[in-house]
Amino acid sequence: MTVSLTHYLVVAAILFTIGVFGIFVNRKNIIVILMSIELILLAVNINLVAFSAYLHDITGQVFAMFVLTVAAAEAAVGLAILVTFFRNRGGISVDDAGVMKG
Amino acid sequence: MVQTIAFYVMAAATLGAALAVVSAKNPVHSVLFLITAFFSSAGLFVLLGAEFLAMLLVVVYVGAVAVLFLFVVMMLDVDFAALRGEFARYLPLGGFIALILAIEMALIAASVATKGAAAANKLPSASGDAPSNIEAIGAVLYTDYAYFFQAAGMVLLVAMIGAIVLTLRHKSHVRRQNIGDQIARTPEAGMEVVQIKPGAGVEL
Repeated sequence: MTVSLTHYLVVAAILFTIGVFGIFVNRKNIIVILMSIELILLAVNINLVAFSAYLHDITGQVFAMFVLTVAAAEAAVGLAILVTFFRNRGGISVDDAGVMKG
Repeated sequence: MVQTIAFYVMAAATLGAALAVVSAKNPVHSVLFLITAFFSSAGLFVLLGAEFLAMLLVVVYVGAVAVLFLFVVMMLDVDFAALRGEFARYLPLGGFIALILAIEMALIAASVATKGAAAANKLPSASGDAPSNIEAIGAVLYTDYAYFFQAAGMVLLVAMIGAIVLTLRHKSHVRRQNIGDQIARTPEAGMEVVQIKPGAGVEL
């Protein structure tokens, strides 16, 4: 029994779902929400690389690299906002985030 | 056969670690499980023949992003137990929706993989005398996607500047050097010649 494209796609699908699930159950903890977003982007990357490998087309891996870039930038800016928010409020509860509007 | 075993081991490690990320009580443990998940999926990338992306995943995610998370989690003094109060409340609904999502996506993935264009190739493009993975990526990335590559660099630059601007804080009670003022200072502005009468003081 060999590993086929389906196996990789199912792994990526489950990983994506775990990421969505993590956002659901950790609604208040913004650090875990950011980590869940990283998991979702990792699932997208697995999809891109799996298709790239089985279609024998390198373009998917180039796009996976761009996704990686955007994910790194998003993590940096998200954590910077988090640190600033913590400084101003003394906590990181998402319920307090309404004060950031306007 | 070895590849099959390796796939199942690394897939199980990835998914188990991902599940631990979202359900761990301590966020430091979450970050460590996130590192495990990234490392295991780098193994999956190697199995697919994407060695360069596997290396990038380890360097960028494990080396930079995960350590950044660890740094922030440990730096912020947060009562994480209070943030976890509603985990059990959202577990049934979240689990139900996640189950539906996973089944649907797995079914669609299976049909795409068996009926789509990728079904023609039974093996990933890892073997053969083709150019190496890094060579192939470079040949495409620096020609067809050169502008996208530049744009990715701009995204990173903007993120870097944004993070610095957001977190940099000037303390108002600390006197800072103003180089412009220093250079603009002339003898006329900084010095005054006063004739003092004997016995009288000086008005400053």
